[in-house]
Amino acid sequence: MTSLAPLPLSRRDLLRGAGALIVAINLPPVAEALAQPVSTMGKPPLTPDQLDSWIAVRQDGSVLAFFGKMDMGQGVDVAIGQIVAEELDVDVKRVSVLMGDTATSVNQGGASGSTGVQRGGIPLRNAAAEARRILVDMASAKLGTPADKLTVADGIVSDGSKNISYGELIGGRYFNAALKWNGQIGNNLVATGEAKPKSPSEYKLVGTSVPRNEVAAKVFGKLDYVTDVKVPGMVHGRMIRPQIAGAVPQSVDESSIKDIPGARVVWNKGFLGVVADTEWGAIKAAERLKVDWSQAKPPFLSQEALYDHIRQAAVVKRQVEVETGAVDSVFPGTKRIVTAEYEWPFQSHASMGPACAIADVRDGEAVVWTGSQKPHYTRDGVAKILGLPQDKVRGIWLPGPGSYGRNDAGDTAIDAALLSKAVGKPVRVQGMRYEGHGWDPKGPASVHQARAALDDQGKIIAYEFTSKGFSRVDIDTNEADPRHSLAGHLTGLPLDPQQGFGVPGESYGFANKRLAWETIAPLLDRASPLRTAHLRDPVGPQIHFASESFIDELAVAAGMDPVAFRLANLTDARDIAVVKAAAERAGWQPRPAGPSGSSIGKSDVATGRGIAFVQRSGTVVAVIAEIEIDRRSGRVWPRKWVVAHDCGIIINPAGLRQCVEGNIVQGTSRALWEEVQFNADGVTSIDWMSYPILDITEAPESIDVVLINRPEMPPQGAGEASTRPVAAAIANAIFDATGVRLRRAPFTPERVKSALTGKA
Amino acid sequence: MIRIARRLINRLPLRESSGKITLDNNAPTGVYQWEVSRMTERITFQLNGEAASVEADPDMPLLYALRGDLGLSNPHFGCGLAQCGACTVHIDGAPARSCVTPVASVQGAKVTTLAGLGTPKKPHKLQQAFIDEQVPQCGYCLNGWIMTAAALLEQNPHPSDAEIRQGLTGLKCRCGTHLAILRAVKRAATA
Repeated sequence: MTSLAPLPLSRRDLLRGAGALIVAINLPPVAEALAQPVSTMGKPPLTPDQLDSWIAVRQDGSVLAFFGKMDMGQGVDVAIGQIVAEELDVDVKRVSVLMGDTATSVNQGGASGSTGVQRGGIPLRNAAAEARRILVDMASAKLGTPADKLTVADGIVSDGSKNISYGELIGGRYFNAALKWNGQIGNNLVATGEAKPKSPSEYKLVGTSVPRNEVAAKVFGKLDYVTDVKVPGMVHGRMIRPQIAGAVPQSVDESSIKDIPGARVVWNKGFLGVVADTEWGAIKAAERLKVDWSQAKPPFLSQEALYDHIRQAAVVKRQVEVETGAVDSVFPGTKRIVTAEYEWPFQSHASMGPACAIADVRDGEAVVWTGSQKPHYTRDGVAKILGLPQDKVRGIWLPGPGSYGRNDAGDTAIDAALLSKAVGKPVRVQGMRYEGHGWDPKGPASVHQARAALDDQGKIIAYEFTSKGFSRVDIDTNEADPRHSLAGHLTGLPLDPQQGFGVPGESYGFANKRLAWETIAPLLDRASPLRTAHLRDPVGPQIHFASESFIDELAVAAGMDPVAFRLANLTDARDIAVVKAAAERAGWQPRPAGPSGSSIGKSDVATGRGIAFVQRSGTVVAVIAEIEIDRRSGRVWPRKWVVAHDCGIIINPAGLRQCVEGNIVQGTSRALWEEVQFNADGVTSIDWMSYPILDITEAPESIDVVLINRPEMPPQGAGEASTRPVAAAIANAIFDATGVRLRRAPFTPERVKSALTGKA
Repeated sequence: MIRIARRLINRLPLRESSGKITLDNNAPTGVYQWEVSRMTERITFQLNGEAASVEADPDMPLLYALRGDLGLSNPHFGCGLAQCGACTVHIDGAPARSCVTPVASVQGAKVTTLAGLGTPKKPHKLQQAFIDEQVPQCGYCLNGWIMTAAALLEQNPHPSDAEIRQGLTGLKCRCGTHLAILRAVKRAATA
């Protein structure tokens, strides 16, 4: 038998101190895991078809689960721990979920599309069930009792009189057992054992509110983020970005920074950075370095022209995703046609801190510490841009300063790798605030055109909804290919443009219906501060702002209450159930068509309620916003929210509630405040003053979350779905309060005020 | 040796929080900052109850002394502009944004970080409340909320909901944990 290496570190890592560093910067359970004697002898390959790639049992019977996705602060790792503990019949406190190190977990796609539990949990559940089956078989042989006569409680296998623990059975050794693997990596990876996982009716731990692991470490200032990684010999880097997007350095005067200790310039075509011995030195060097930039033609249009540009721009790709009946033949013969158009701006991830990465590229090998949601793909991208074999690169994820998709973390990791290679030392690079806001990938701006035909009874007889905007993926969802990173663009790699948008997630049973999208070309094709990529619930907020506002407009046209109109037209039972649940909890009073605000035209503060409903990848959500709107200032305050949420079986109710709360607040921020500002040269919203987000004085008074549990249904995602109905619910409430329909987001005080005074 | 330079820190837009100065006609419009470089100085202060000393550029923000010279992993760099709070520490009991506080200004002062406010064995009541309410998502912003709220509760041990909101205005949380923050501060205030 070979002994188990819970976290195999290469000899080189250990010699360089990197191994000790990982211990120091990780969570307590990990440090504990590493404290045991380790050996890589006899370890099966880290491939998805090996049980040892997923589950390990230590000598004390505690369990390690190796997860190829990451938690971004919403407790996905806790849910995974619950699932593993449930299948194994061990105390959840004895399960440690290790995430995001390419040396210890297979590529399950990283944090991606709210699939942490929905897809990421499947192989872990199967592996844990298989591990239990094998352990019980081993116990059966040892105890001389048939396996079906054995029970397991907290890792102790018992036949009623004799006991043996998991730790005694296999602690510190490998299973060396195979799983069936579907051959996929990433989100679609599935691995299956012979064991049949438990049926939900047997669950004791799944469905309970196990607390998060890392909260205390964060609250005591003890959790190390990627920003806190320190590697022996490490120097500090900063990138230098042009004032006019697209400009490239023509000459660089290195003597301008020669008095800064260790200051050096790293320059390759458009890629320009500095390193220095200290972080402050690197910041000063980046500010002081004299650079002559090329005379680039300002690439952008004026911001006022954005939506006209989108309307008029040539379509690069058109896709019809839903088509029923004969839409085109109904409209021409119909007298009553309702049309509307909605607009949504570019938005920024604007993470709490600018991205940071540390890369150590030496001797034909590389280690990169990153806050990227997808460290396996980061590894792949670093390997490609450095020309190293993939197995010579290790990517290690640590919590970054916020992550809601493909933000600046991926770009920064590639930057760090190039800087480290150039100077031959480990380099830590973090952006400055202007980079976090100004140079992160953006959520795309878009225009949404909707039209519907009504018959004499107000029934919808044709419906067409088309989104037209910048692609959601100017750069891909991850940085596995450096063509999808700033550094790749700046060092001259050919682009690989992607086209994608989306359609509303709903089940409205309109007879003749078409849902489509169209993309247009980016304004600047490379190294653009307006390049787009996935931002929480990619294209969901914009599409559903439009589609669910339009459904409200149709309810008015049909002379129906907005809840009744939705219930009359939705066809899926779960959709109907969440709308009913939200309306019931909110005490929704059916109202005649049109605004009901009691204070219309009377007082300075009007109140209103609005509903919106959405589907997202198997999850369904209905929200009701109750708002106050101050006519004098134009300020909108969504004061109370009711959220009815159905994401299949619930793994951890408390975690789910907090996750939904965060989505509602972030969604409110995006609906009320967030708009990337730009001029012809580049992005001008470069800090929290020019890119305001929701302040705590504007936070809602309450968010009442109604959780609908469906034990019969596999878990769906919760990380994003409740973001997408928020803007429409607020817009619908504003209409209810004032009779004014806002069709352009965000609903800033200025914009609301001018809409109320008829200047919109 | 003293060297004085004026540097452009942002071209556009002009922001209320920054000093606007009149420029000659050829200079680009934007926000300028005066920069004074001197020899390094020895700066000694109390950090979380223990003596600390750095030899540093006196204009360097305290944040870099804490994170760089003294090797702390906390507080965090969020903006460098005193706009978000991720770098908040207490200087002689008052919350301060260490990203814009020149290190020389803490000569002889008492500096407390989040890690010095309380410990797992002896948590500050706000830290306990933030754990009980499971507040953070990414948690990168926590220094701002906890350190500011701690000073708020010192001044006003039993604030109303509106006073809590007002006392914390301006701090940023990008994950949207605002309601949990409010619950935790309320919990600590009533503990």
